[in-house]
Amino acid sequence: MSKFQKKRGKSSPEISTASLPDIIFMLLFFFMVVTVLRDATQQVDVNVPNASELTKLEKKSLVNHIYVGKPKKQYRAAYGTSPRIQLGDKISDIKDIPLFLEKHRAQVPEKQIPAIKTSLRVDGDVTMGILADLKTQLRKSGQLLVNYSAKPQAE
Amino acid sequence: MGKKSAKDRISNEINAGSMADIAFLLLIFFLVTTTIDVDKGVLVKLPPWSEDEPDIQKLKTRNVYSVLVNAQNQLLVRGEPADIKDLRENAKEFISNPKKLENMAEAPNKAIISLKNDRGTKYKTYLEVYNELKAAYRELWDEASKRKFGKEYEFLERTQQKEIRSGIPLVISEAEPTNFGEE
Repeated sequence: MSKFQKKRGKSSPEISTASLPDIIFMLLFFFMVVTVLRDATQQVDVNVPNASELTKLEKKSLVNHIYVGKPKKQYRAAYGTSPRIQLGDKISDIKDIPLFLEKHRAQVPEKQIPAIKTSLRVDGDVTMGILADLKTQLRKSGQLLVNYSAKPQAE
Repeated sequence: MGKKSAKDRISNEINAGSMADIAFLLLIFFLVTTTIDVDKGVLVKLPPWSEDEPDIQKLKTRNVYSVLVNAQNQLLVRGEPADIKDLRENAKEFISNPKKLENMAEAPNKAIISLKNDRGTKYKTYLEVYNELKAAYRELWDEASKRKFGKEYEFLERTQQKEIRSGIPLVISEAEPTNFGEE
């Protein structure tokens, strides 16, 4: 009992904060490394389906994204409610795809162009019609590596 | 001269007290902007574009595993209605043909999967089917690599993986969809 009371009288030793910036910097660097700045705001609703045979997409610079889904509420007045394609950060038409791919190719070193993948983030409830047109256009533009984006299955 | 050295002594020390605050500020910025979601998905290689239709007719029918998905999301496998749950096992049996049946693939490297859907088929169903077919191949690869190298497929060397894959090549041929059920 007396042990506790003795301590109360003394001023507690201060914790050294000298290493605080170092700790914070460590955290900072961690987040800087893992951060991927969002490249586009999604304008269509996409809820990708589940699958089990998943491949991780590496090298973000070699991946371009195409979103397919119904336009979000605030864009419905302009684009309607039927499923649309989003390239970059705007809702576009199928015929804009070659230009979109070409723009991305221009940013990639020539050697790595064959390794470019297109990640299709398609809503599960979209019908295959729009996707068939999209695939045809991709094949015509020579973009053959395609990734159907999916969530891992909950088991 | 003496005056200068005194000045130096003063400016030598930078107050590091605010360092933590600056770091915090940056940290919070990166915390907010971070999205740690890795993009995962089913990787597919599309065939190059050609004007003329591929001629699947000249293949022997016993080697073709045709899968049709209609606008009602129902499956027709080799002419018979099927359930998506049985697709994986069924496809595996067809490709490997362990009993050497007359109506199944002559050899795993001759088997071809032909996938066809309507324009009204839901993407979810399509991907599920594609996933099952890919899973069937992956399981066959696993079995083959266990038999040959005693390891699972994904732990093999690149060259070994290639060897396994050339024995059981993944061939999924997709036909142009038919115009049913488009919204």
